[in-house]
Amino acid sequence: MADGRTSSLSDRVWAGLGRIGITGKRVVIGIPLIWLTIFFILPFLIVLKISFSTQIIGIPPFTDLFDWSGGGIVPKLQIDWSNYSYLFEDPLYIVAYFNSVKIAFFSTCICTLIAYPVAYGVARVPETWRNPLLLLIVLPFWTSLLLRVYAWIGLLKNNGIINNFLISLGVISEPLPMMNNAFSVYVGIVYSYLPFMLLPLYATLSRLDFTLLEAAADLGASRTRAFVTVTLPLSIPGVIAGAMLVFIPAIGEFVIPSLLGGPATTMIGRVIWDEFFENQAWPVASAVAIALMLFLVVPIMIFQYYQTRSEAQP
Amino acid sequence: MKITGLSPFVFACMILGFVFLYAPIVMLIIYSFNASRLVTVWAGFSTHWYGELLHDQQILTAAFLSFRIAFMNGVLSVIIGTMAAFALVRFGRFWGRSVMIQSISSRLVLPDVILGLSILLLFVSSRSLIGWPDQRGVLTILISHVTFSSAYVAIVVQSRLAGLDRTFEEAAFDLGAPPFAVFRTITLPLIAPSLVAGFLLAFILSFDDLVIASFASGPSATTLPMVIFSKVRLGISPEINALATIIVVVVALGVAFAGNMLQRQNAQR
Repeated sequence: MADGRTSSLSDRVWAGLGRIGITGKRVVIGIPLIWLTIFFILPFLIVLKISFSTQIIGIPPFTDLFDWSGGGIVPKLQIDWSNYSYLFEDPLYIVAYFNSVKIAFFSTCICTLIAYPVAYGVARVPETWRNPLLLLIVLPFWTSLLLRVYAWIGLLKNNGIINNFLISLGVISEPLPMMNNAFSVYVGIVYSYLPFMLLPLYATLSRLDFTLLEAAADLGASRTRAFVTVTLPLSIPGVIAGAMLVFIPAIGEFVIPSLLGGPATTMIGRVIWDEFFENQAWPVASAVAIALMLFLVVPIMIFQYYQTRSEAQP
Repeated sequence: MKITGLSPFVFACMILGFVFLYAPIVMLIIYSFNASRLVTVWAGFSTHWYGELLHDQQILTAAFLSFRIAFMNGVLSVIIGTMAAFALVRFGRFWGRSVMIQSISSRLVLPDVILGLSILLLFVSSRSLIGWPDQRGVLTILISHVTFSSAYVAIVVQSRLAGLDRTFEEAAFDLGAPPFAVFRTITLPLIAPSLVAGFLLAFILSFDDLVIASFASGPSATTLPMVIFSKVRLGISPEINALATIIVVVVALGVAFAGNMLQRQNAQR
């Protein structure tokens, strides 16, 4: 063996650690597990706890859920439901939730419609073209989202590139209102999340057995019929995986509606941000976040189901 | 076989799809060389804004800070993500396995605002309970970034590990090599491409993140996306175009280089 010395040293270290109950296996499992318990699971319990506390002026700006002042071992619980009832009283929150779901849903549909033919095409081009095209799909994802969203401002605003171009052609005389409304938010979300739809779709479509299509053609099926009865059903797992990768994060999107949206397109991510940073209303922000997470439980479970299924068949 | 060829419709869709993906990026680059301050009026070629950018101390400081955080985040995420991937692929059933799987996949999709809010409330609570962290800054941003980007690393490494040929490892075990030596001399080189990919992914996720960093940070640390966001909110500036162009070029070269390297490594095997 080339470096027997090092391995015997590490051997001795592990043997020593093993005597106090630390084995390599326990370390490898333990570190990530402890990390995500402390920094991922525990924070959600804290958000839950703060969502039931009362807003006060101070640091931190909320009361403690457990009142120890009475003495004794068991604290008095002070649960404040008002943060949640507040969500139903103020139409701001209902409108924001409704907007978020609507925008995320239609963006997911538009992403699917755009991504499907592109992914299908990339899966069917000759082998040598596939990797460069895939690289082109992934490349925008690697460059800053913030800057790509920013680029759309220059394209869409009233004296922006698209309007200037159309006016100089004489197609329109007044600039089209494309900025700070629903249109710009849709463009931003579809644009930013398109790679997340393209990649799982491509993965499913490239695994598809294309001899099935030849068989369908030999049996007299038209191109459209072969697509509808063979390709489409087989690609559904990719569509759903991609849809979840777009829908779930898009609901809570903050950057895109803040830069491209207007007063009519308030989304829930923006509400959480404003409650937190502008109003210092931590309990309300926590309640809004908990309500959003409850809403996301089902989509996340669907996503996990399809993800474990795709891992089972590599 | 007519049916296996690309129809004109699919071909046209592909072209339009790629135009949609690249039009804004191309516009950013073109207008970064515009002499006019008005972003939408072309007034001739100039590199004025690049010079301006290089003298903007606020942007340079923030860029350096973001780079440092992103680098440390890459290293830590690769270590923790690889451990998680190893546990999931190699150790069969263990206590906490399903918790690990579910947390990893939830972190991929959960909105940034929720992740940011929850981790900030953790820091605030732990400060009032045990006095740590004393103030929020680089360390708290780093912790929150590792928490979400190690999940991406875990997914990337996991798929590579699952597809690995185990005969080399088994041979080494049969010859009496201790587990850590087997990992270092055999498994590590075999999964190296996925570690590189995971590092780059974690680096970029951290370098680009605005929302989580804004929650986790305090007044002492301002990252590059935070500076860009506050500038962009005030309006379009050609300086940001110049910055975007530099980032796009660096990333494109990096991705091309990494892709080329991974392909060569795969070809060697």
